[in-house]
Amino acid sequence: MTTIEPMPVVTARRQRRSFADGIRDGLPKLVLAPSFAIILVFVYGFILWTVYLSFTTSKMMPIYKWGGFDAYYRLWSQPNWYVAMENLAIFGVLYIGICIALGLGIAILMDQRIRAEGILRPIFLYPMALSFVVTGTAWKWFLNPGLGLENTMHNLGWTSFKFDWLVNPKMAIYTIVIAGVWQASGFVMAMFLAGLRGIDGEIIKAAQIDGASTVAIYRRIIIPLLRPIFLSAFIVLAHMAIKSYDLVIALTGGGPGNATELPSTFMYSYTFNRNQMNVGSASAVMMLMGISAIIIPYLYSELREKNR
Amino acid sequence: MKIRMISKLAAGVAMVAMVAGAAKAAEQVEVLHWWTSGGEAAALNVLKENLQKEGVGWKDMPVAGGAGSAAMTALRARVTAGDPPTAVQLLGFDLRDWSEMGVAANLDDLAKKEGWDKVIPPALQAFSKYDGHWIAAPVNIHSTNWLWLNKAALDKAGGKAPTNIDELFTLLDNFKSQGIIPLAHGGVPWQDGTMWESVVLSVGGPDFYKKAVLDLDPAALSGDTMKKVFDDMSKLRSYFDPNFSGREWNLSTALVIEGKAGAQEMGDWSKGEWLRAKKEPGKDFVCIRFPGTQGSVLFNADQFMMFDVGEKQKDAQMKMASAVENPGFQIAFNTVKGSVPARTDISDEKFDDCGKKGMKDLNEASAKGTLLGSLAHGYAQPAAIKEAMLDVITQHLNGQLTTDAALKRLPEAVAAAK
Repeated sequence: MTTIEPMPVVTARRQRRSFADGIRDGLPKLVLAPSFAIILVFVYGFILWTVYLSFTTSKMMPIYKWGGFDAYYRLWSQPNWYVAMENLAIFGVLYIGICIALGLGIAILMDQRIRAEGILRPIFLYPMALSFVVTGTAWKWFLNPGLGLENTMHNLGWTSFKFDWLVNPKMAIYTIVIAGVWQASGFVMAMFLAGLRGIDGEIIKAAQIDGASTVAIYRRIIIPLLRPIFLSAFIVLAHMAIKSYDLVIALTGGGPGNATELPSTFMYSYTFNRNQMNVGSASAVMMLMGISAIIIPYLYSELREKNR
Repeated sequence: MKIRMISKLAAGVAMVAMVAGAAKAAEQVEVLHWWTSGGEAAALNVLKENLQKEGVGWKDMPVAGGAGSAAMTALRARVTAGDPPTAVQLLGFDLRDWSEMGVAANLDDLAKKEGWDKVIPPALQAFSKYDGHWIAAPVNIHSTNWLWLNKAALDKAGGKAPTNIDELFTLLDNFKSQGIIPLAHGGVPWQDGTMWESVVLSVGGPDFYKKAVLDLDPAALSGDTMKKVFDDMSKLRSYFDPNFSGREWNLSTALVIEGKAGAQEMGDWSKGEWLRAKKEPGKDFVCIRFPGTQGSVLFNADQFMMFDVGEKQKDAQMKMASAVENPGFQIAFNTVKGSVPARTDISDEKFDDCGKKGMKDLNEASAKGTLLGSLAHGYAQPAAIKEAMLDVITQHLNGQLTTDAALKRLPEAVAAAK
């Protein structure tokens, strides 16, 4: 009995400490809990709900009658869906490719210790601050043959000038690439510029002493060192390409005809305008799978690197 | 500072809540609609004031955008939450789709008392009723097979309005030689569809329209008559200006008003644009049925569908339905909106020439059985089939599909959407 006497004092002290610790440990969790709960329900919960809807017979409103793979069968028999997929392939490849090429190019030029970099950098970066709707509307006016570039050239006397991509069903998808690249390449430039600034100058100096040319230094040393930036830029651009909706709606409205339909516009119109909610949900699931195919390997490699 | 501001804000919120609470106690209707443009809002205001005289409050729920598709999204949310508005502006097959959900109110008693069965055209009743019961109060009847001509340009071309599609092509050629845009058109699927349905009616007549568009007969959808329809559409396309893609309908109307274009195929809502520009029918512009469609009317009617909101609100709801069918309101609303009254027993005295012609054509078509639902505006087919057909029409008009491919694709698209 007597040997146990001092124990309560110790526990009391430990309790007091653990209470303060508890607050310190628990506070972040407590603060994060509401947003965690909201994301759990409104993002992941609704993802599951959409997946479920895609297996029902829902038309105008959600109906919970099992329809099996009917919606997917309908989806993949829609010519519109193939148009949307084809457009996504064109848009995605060009958008990501040109943004990365242009972003890297500008970043390398900016990295040459040029004058007035402080002015140039925000000029390239600011398009990213605009919303896609503004970008789309501005480019719509600029590319409209009767209002914008073509009209201006005609007024200046160059009457044979022709630039009607916006109203040409075969070329309209490329106008979306132009507007998208204009908006995002500055952001990609900023990413690359940050990467370039992070490269150790000693390595480059060493290469110079060894007599490597500037081209060789960039090709063999700097660009390979930027590999993680390439990956991040690709991930950011790829998901922007798949989910891009407002840009298309503002620029072409999906037209002319349905020449600029993308999976996102397809999903909206089937879910909300065409009363084929199950088909719309199925297309949303296909888009999610597309994004997962990019994100999951990325997360996997990131996590593996961290564990190493 | 901050605390004082917050407490002020809280007091404000409490007051708003109290006012809202007090308003709720009286009779009130909540109305979801997408009439937000100047003329439309003014027209709706008449109804609002009439109801206020009867002691019924009006809770406005305007959802603009996408010709009603944004409003439909809002309605879905409200119905899913089990709290539908009192009345909702709806079109065509949407009325049926919502009725199928079992959320419609029953207006039979009122309709019987006021004799709606006799005065509302049967073709329209088919949509205002579900399963034999009245569920909606039609506000107006628009019609889509109109051609709007700039009078000055027409006079220069001889002044004779075309009566069939070949005369139309001759006239458009003349407009071209005058150096103006012959045909103002906006390349948006519903506008392409509006033109297409007029051409179908012109080329094939009302019986063919019924067979192809209303009954979806596969042979009619891919036959020789339909081939001529698509060929004529391609020909009409050659009279557009290069900037037609994605243009709003009212901008095309403005081109005709300013004399930059000669003609526009559009529903009678475009008359509102002319009137707002202080132009007079017969003097500055000419309204004719799309050449070759005189005698038939493709209609599109706005209706207020009444939702089941329980017994407590029923009285206010019935008062609203009655106010909508009130002849005084029908005249006041439709003279502003450019449409014609939804009932056939109303004097055309207060209407302008185009309105008078519209009412006369409507009565005639209703009697002859050639009052037909418009495809592009949801009175011929449910949304899924309508959009599937519009896909083919708009792709063909934009040169993405050849005529032969369109003839093959049209019945396929219809079958896939069924």
